[in-house]
Amino acid sequence: MSPRAKNRLEPAKTNPDFIRNFCIIAHIDHGKSTLADRMLQLTGIVDDRSMRAQYLDRMDIERERGITIKSQAVRMPWELEGQTYALNMIDTPGHVDFTYEVSRSLAACEGAVLLVDAAQGIEAQTLANLYLAMENDLEIIPVLNKIDLPAAQPEKYAEELANLIGGDPADCLRVSGKTGIGVDELLDKIIRTVPAPVGDPNAPARAMIFDSVYDSYRGVVTYVRMIDGHLAPRERIQMMSTRAVHEALEIGVSSPEPEVTKGLGVGEVGYLITGVKDVRQSKVGDTVTTVAKPATEALKGYSEPLPMVFSGIYPIDGSDYPNLRDALDKLKLSDAALVYEPETSVALGFGFRCGFLGLLHLEIVTERLEREFGLDLIATAPSVVYEVTMDDGREITVTNPSEFPTGKVKKVLEPMVRATILSPKDYVGVIMELCQGRRGVMVDMQYLGEDRVQLRYTLPLAEIVFDFFDQLKSKTQGYGSLDYEEVGLAEGDLVKVDILLQGDQVDAFSAIVHRDKAYAYGVLMTGKLRELIPRQQFEVPIQAAVGARIIARESIRAMRKDVLAKCYGGDISRKRKLLEKQKEGKKRMKMVGRVEVPQEAFIAALSNGDEKKADKKGK
Amino acid sequence: MPTFHAYVHVPFCRVRCGYCDFNTYTATELNGYPQTAFLSHLRSEIALSLVQVGRRELETVFFGGGTPTLLPATELVEALSILIESFGLAEGADVTTEANPDTVDEAYLLALRDGGFNRISFGMQSAVPEVLAILDRTHNPDSVAKNVTLAKRLGFQTSVDLIYGAPGETMGQWQESVEAALGMNPDHISAYALIIEPGTKLARQIASGERPSPDEDLQADKYEWLDSRLAAAGYSWYELSNWSRSSENASRHNMAYWEGQDWWGFGPGAHSHVSGKRWSNVKHPSNYAALLGENSIPSTDLEELSETEQLEERAMLGLRLRTGLDLDVVRKLNPRSSKPISELVAEELLDGRQALLGRAVLTLKGRLLADLVLRKVLGL
Repeated sequence: MSPRAKNRLEPAKTNPDFIRNFCIIAHIDHGKSTLADRMLQLTGIVDDRSMRAQYLDRMDIERERGITIKSQAVRMPWELEGQTYALNMIDTPGHVDFTYEVSRSLAACEGAVLLVDAAQGIEAQTLANLYLAMENDLEIIPVLNKIDLPAAQPEKYAEELANLIGGDPADCLRVSGKTGIGVDELLDKIIRTVPAPVGDPNAPARAMIFDSVYDSYRGVVTYVRMIDGHLAPRERIQMMSTRAVHEALEIGVSSPEPEVTKGLGVGEVGYLITGVKDVRQSKVGDTVTTVAKPATEALKGYSEPLPMVFSGIYPIDGSDYPNLRDALDKLKLSDAALVYEPETSVALGFGFRCGFLGLLHLEIVTERLEREFGLDLIATAPSVVYEVTMDDGREITVTNPSEFPTGKVKKVLEPMVRATILSPKDYVGVIMELCQGRRGVMVDMQYLGEDRVQLRYTLPLAEIVFDFFDQLKSKTQGYGSLDYEEVGLAEGDLVKVDILLQGDQVDAFSAIVHRDKAYAYGVLMTGKLRELIPRQQFEVPIQAAVGARIIARESIRAMRKDVLAKCYGGDISRKRKLLEKQKEGKKRMKMVGRVEVPQEAFIAALSNGDEKKADKKGK
Repeated sequence: MPTFHAYVHVPFCRVRCGYCDFNTYTATELNGYPQTAFLSHLRSEIALSLVQVGRRELETVFFGGGTPTLLPATELVEALSILIESFGLAEGADVTTEANPDTVDEAYLLALRDGGFNRISFGMQSAVPEVLAILDRTHNPDSVAKNVTLAKRLGFQTSVDLIYGAPGETMGQWQESVEAALGMNPDHISAYALIIEPGTKLARQIASGERPSPDEDLQADKYEWLDSRLAAAGYSWYELSNWSRSSENASRHNMAYWEGQDWWGFGPGAHSHVSGKRWSNVKHPSNYAALLGENSIPSTDLEELSETEQLEERAMLGLRLRTGLDLDVVRKLNPRSSKPISELVAEELLDGRQALLGRAVLTLKGRLLADLVLRKVLGL
C-alpha cells in the first residue's frame, strides 16, 4: 500500500509534472460520493473524527438524495515511488440537466475515473458523460465499484466497459467505496495514467471557471483551473466574456476545507473570492485573466445557460408572494441558470414564470424554495419553448401555453431531443411502445453486452418533460435509464387546448399538445376537474376547446343540498366552528367567473402522477 | 332576560349504532363506571349548577342520550324531581324524554307520567327492517306504533324521529317509513338527513366500498317529498328538520337552543349556554365523576362569546327557523348584504315578501341550501 504523503506540495509553486487533475464520472447511486469519502480519508486530509458521509455534498438536498448538484474540487496529497503528488479531484454534477457544467468540469481535467456499480452496469447518464470525457481527450480509468455487494458481477460489467472504451477487461479496477478495498491502487493508477497538465507559465494568465458557488458569508466562490500563467492575491482580475474587473481578495485551494494560498500556477485547481455577490458575475465556462497582463484569447467552450423547461411557480398562500420573490432573488445568486419573471394566473393568483435547465433543475429549485425558505408552492405542468410563426409573418416565442397566439398560425417549431435509453433487453418492447406513444422516431438500437440494449430516439422535448422518466422507470421496473441532449427545433402539428369553466378560460390548464392528443388531453382534464370541483349553486359546464371548437365537455350538476341536518343536543359551537372553517376555506377559493374553485382542486388537477413527491413529503 | 332550560344527557346505550358518534357508551366502554352511580353524580352537578346560576325557573326539561330509557323510570323521575326542587318548574313546561321503542312498556310510561313527564320522543328512524339493519338499530319496528298509541292514550305529547339517506335506502323505502310515522298520528315529527360522521362504523363501511356513499340528490328528493307529504297531512315545518301539527306542538326545548336562550346541560359531554358563555362537560362518565368528586363543575372548553359571535349564532340558528332571521342582524354582520339578499330572492332561495318585511326566510329550495344561503348573506 502506498503511504500517505508526508509532505504536501505547496500550492502556487507546484511543478505541473506532479499534478494530476481528474474527475469521477458515475451514475446517481453508483457510489461516487462514498468513493470520494474514502479518498479524503486515505489521503489524510479529513481525519476519521471529522469524517461524515458524503463529505463533499454541501446541500441538504444533495446529501439526502445522494446526488451532486454543484461540483467541487479537492486537492489531495499522495505519494508514489518516493515522489509526492497533488491530486485534484473535480467532482462533477451527475445529471442531464447540468450537461454544460459537466462539460466544463471535464475540460478542467486530464483524466476521468469511470465509476460503475458492479451490480448494475453502466447507465445512460454515465454513457453520456463518458462520451463527453472522450471528446475532451481525457484518459479514462474504468473502475467497478461496490464489489463487496453479493449481487456484484464484476466479470460481466468489466466486459461491458471494455467493449465501450476498448482495452482489456482485466484492466478494470475493482474497488469498494464502502470498505475501501482497492482505493489506494486507484490513487496510484491515477498518478501513473493521467497525464500531467501542460501550460505556459510565462504566458498571460488564463484560468477556466468550472464552477461558481454562492456562499452567504464569503460571497461568490469561483472555482478555476489554471491553464497558463499565474494568479496572485490582491491582483486585479478580469472576466473575459463580460470584461468585468474585480480584485482577487482571496485565492486558495480546497483540501477539502478552504486553505488560503499565495496564488495558483499552471495546472493547479483552486478558488477565487472577489467579493461579488451574484454568480452571474462569475460565469461557468468563462476565462479569468489579469488586468496587468491580459490574455488576448479566451479559452474555448464558453456558452450561456439556456432554460429548456418552463413552469409557473405560485405560492399556495397568496400572501407569500413577496416572500417567494425574495427567495427567488436569493436563489438566483447561487444559480446562474435560473430565470424568472412575474406572472399572474386566474386560477393560481400571483406567481413567477420560471425557466430551468431541465426537470431535475425544476424539482431542485422548487424543493429548495420550499425547504430553505419555508414556502408552500404549486408548480404548473412544465412546458417548453415554442417558436410560432403567424400567417402574417409575425414570429412569437411562447414559454407559457396561455400566451399561445390566437389567429392563423402558419407553423410551430418545438425543441427536439436525442434521447439515449439503456435497459435490459427484456424491456425493449415496452420502451419502443412508450417512445412511439410520445412521437418518438428511432435513430438506432445496439446491444452493449449480451443482455443490455441502447436505444436512441429523437423525441420532442415536450413529450419527455411531463412524466416520461417516471413512465420509463415504471415500465422497466427501474432498470431503464435515460439521457438526452438537445438537437434543435422541428415543426410540429401543435395546437393549444384551453379548458373553460362556464365559458371562462382557466389559464393554468391550457396546454400545447400535438393535434392527435388534443382530444385525450381535453377528456382527461375535463374529467379530472369534474371530480375535483365541488358542485355549485348552478350547473357548471367544463369544456376543452381548440380555438373556438369544443372538443370535450363535462358538466357539474347544480348542488341541491348544502345544509347541516341537526345541531346535536345544543352543540352550537360545533356548528359555529363549521362556519368558521367555511370562512377559512373561502379564503382559499379562487373565482373563475362565478365559479368558486378551492385551490386544492387546482393543485390536485395539476399534480397528477406526483404521488412520489407527496410520499416524500409525508415522510 | 333569556328563559332557562335543562338538558340531561344519559350516556348509555346497549349497543352502538353504526352511524352514531354521540357521546354514549356501552357497558364494556364504561371502563368500570357503574351506571347505578349516575343519579348521584347528576345530583352533585345539579347542586353545583344551582350555586352557579341561582334559582331560575325551568321552562323545559329534556332527557336525551344515549338511551335515557335504559335507566329505570324511577331514576329518571328522581332526576326530574331534584331539578324541580332545585330550580322550580314553570307552569305548563314541556318535560320530555327520548325513548327507545324497545325499552319502554306501559308500566314504564305510566311511571314517567306520574313522575311529571309529559312528552316522549321516540327514536323510530325507519319503518323498514333493511334500513334499520343498515343503521344497526335493533328495535322492532312494530313496537314504535304500539308505544306511540300507548303514550298518546296516557296523555303524552308524542314525537317520532326519522332518518333519511341511509346508504342504499330507496325513495320507496323512505316513503314507507314516512307513511308509517303518519299512521301513528304523532304530534311532532323530526326528520334528519343521515350524516356520515368520521370514525363511525358506517364511515368505514363506505370508505371500504362495502356500502354506497349517500347520494345528495336523492336526499334532496326525499326532503322535498317529505315536506309536501307532511304538509298534506297537516304538519308544517317550524325548523329545517322539524314539523308539528300546530305551533303548540313544536319542541319548546329545541326552540330554546335555536333562540339562544339559557340552558344547563347536565351529564357527561352535555353542552351548556348560560349568560353568553358556552361550555361542554368532559365526555367520559369516569372523568365526569372524578371532577364532581373534587366538587368542581365537570366542564371543559369554556368560551365567552363576543358580540359578533353572538350575532353570528343568531344568524346561523335564526335562518333555520320558519320565523326566519331579522335582516337587522344580517346588516350588522355584513353591511353589504343587500346585493346578496336580492340575488337570493331572485334565485328563489329566500322568500321575497318576507325580505320586504325585513326578514330572511328560506323557501323550500332554500332550506336545502341553508348553509350556502347563510354564507352568502354574511358575505363569506
